[in-house]
Amino acid sequence: MSIVYTKSAGLTDKELHYCPGCHHGIAHKLVMESLIELGLFEDAVGVCPVGCSVYAYNYMACDMIDAAHGRAPAVATGVKRTHPNTPVFTYQGDGDLASIGTAEIVHAAMRGEKITTIFINNAIYGMTGGQMSPCTLIGQKATTAPLGRTVEQAGKPIRMAETLSALDGLVYAERVCLTDIPNLNKAKAAIKKAFTLQMQGAGFTFVEILSTCPTNWGLAPLKANQWLHENLVPYYPLGVIKDTTK
Amino acid sequence: MAKELWKGNEAIAEAAIRAGCDAFFGYPITPQSEVPEYLSLHMPQHGRVFLQAESEVAAINMVYGAAASGKRVMTSSSSLGISLKQEGMSYLAATELPAVIINCMRGGPGLGTIQPAQGDYFQATRGGGSGDYRNIVLAPSNIQELADFVQEAFDLADLYRNPVVVLADGLIGQMMEPIEWKEFPKRDLPAKDWATEGRKGAEKHHVVSPIFYDPEECYEFNEKTLAKFNKIKANEVRFEEYKTEDAELIFTAYGTPARIILTAVDKMREEGYKVGLFRPITLWPFPEKELHELLGKDHVKAVLDVEMSAGGQMIEDVRLANEGQKPISYYGLGGGLIPTLEDICDAAKKALEEVK
Repeated sequence: MSIVYTKSAGLTDKELHYCPGCHHGIAHKLVMESLIELGLFEDAVGVCPVGCSVYAYNYMACDMIDAAHGRAPAVATGVKRTHPNTPVFTYQGDGDLASIGTAEIVHAAMRGEKITTIFINNAIYGMTGGQMSPCTLIGQKATTAPLGRTVEQAGKPIRMAETLSALDGLVYAERVCLTDIPNLNKAKAAIKKAFTLQMQGAGFTFVEILSTCPTNWGLAPLKANQWLHENLVPYYPLGVIKDTTK
Repeated sequence: MAKELWKGNEAIAEAAIRAGCDAFFGYPITPQSEVPEYLSLHMPQHGRVFLQAESEVAAINMVYGAAASGKRVMTSSSSLGISLKQEGMSYLAATELPAVIINCMRGGPGLGTIQPAQGDYFQATRGGGSGDYRNIVLAPSNIQELADFVQEAFDLADLYRNPVVVLADGLIGQMMEPIEWKEFPKRDLPAKDWATEGRKGAEKHHVVSPIFYDPEECYEFNEKTLAKFNKIKANEVRFEEYKTEDAELIFTAYGTPARIILTAVDKMREEGYKVGLFRPITLWPFPEKELHELLGKDHVKAVLDVEMSAGGQMIEDVRLANEGQKPISYYGLGGGLIPTLEDICDAAKKALEEVK
């Protein structure tokens, strides 16, 4: 018998606290695998957010800092500016990045901060119990939008990859998802490309990962994957949003 | 070394460079903007980091990141800007990260005024952010002390793994005075083996986190830091007494008012009044025991607390230290007005009259 699959050496042995069907665990693994395969793991510093992945430091085995809500890009800036050769990344959800942390993410992108942001967009606040986020779709129900989000009340959802791509400091943005093996491979390639560009000093790099939240979407894991493709993908198109290296 | 003429805010900046500050993150606000202005030119010349952040909130979180990864780091602001940094300061406390925070106080509340005031005593000494923590708070009364305290603040922060606030006011920041640059004896500082600079083959990864999974862990942390705060109280209290040996009236004041009171004491003594000054230099830890002992002496009849604040804030610590021993009165004004020598002397005479 031969071993065909192992847990990434970049992950700790701690049991994940994430709900069944949640994509955080897969995203964690891809980020850690990418760092290891690029030879960056031992030097890397990650900054995790407030939200479900507030405990990401329990699972990601590189050096980790936990930031205040939305401030991860500022914290990462503090690390990167004082350690210019260190691979630095933030790992943030849509409540963290697209709501309370808009100033920090916009200015990190504007400055062309040489960091990589992994943006987990599941269109809802997970940890606090399914409240509406800036990325919640029109009509999507949330605990603070029990009848579904309306344009009149909350405007249309923000497309962060496109919004940030308007800034010259951002050199690479790609939107991916993790619902099947081909998409998983694309996601990993995007993460690796972002880290590679960061280490080349190209500028700010951004990978948006459309993710599921089966618990707060009220769907079984496989149904949640299907819902993602039927609802999130049409509004948040997959693929390269910006690539200045091409 | 010869004395040099320095403006307060520029002395803060130069002191930080001399103390080996690796990085400065700040945001413009009057009356402290000369600090980032000076550092924007001089930090790069020393191969250090200067970055103007998009906000005070971002600046303190950049401080958090640089401190977490083991660097000496400082930010500066004024009153309402410091309000915005409180979240970050609570996080620094929760992760026991060393950092230096300068506050050149101005009038408040709200946008207030840009003139000097002392309305942030509570914010600085009580921990303006959430949770049970304390900042070490140093209060300079002249530019020499300002330059000295900023340099010492970095060592104190590293020694105790705690944020240190240098609480100045707009007058001290804006004034020019001759000062002497001192060499401070090297403290034996603990290694930053907790810093997140990359795992680099270590058996365990470094984690800097302000969150606890269960309340027991958070309780343990609070007990640990409480022990640290008690150690700081035991070791770091600083104060100055001026002509208190036979004083019937004790002035209590810090910063700019304390400086005016030095003149008031001399003037009143020439007129035959026995008055003296007790000046806390560390506002936290407050020199509670020392003030209590002084106010308990038979020759002390009255206390006059003077602050650039409406109604006073430090006066609450003076009352706690006094424990009802002697009558305490207050003179001061907030909003950015500086008390005059005459008004302070009049208030002191009135306080003495009342206990005759």
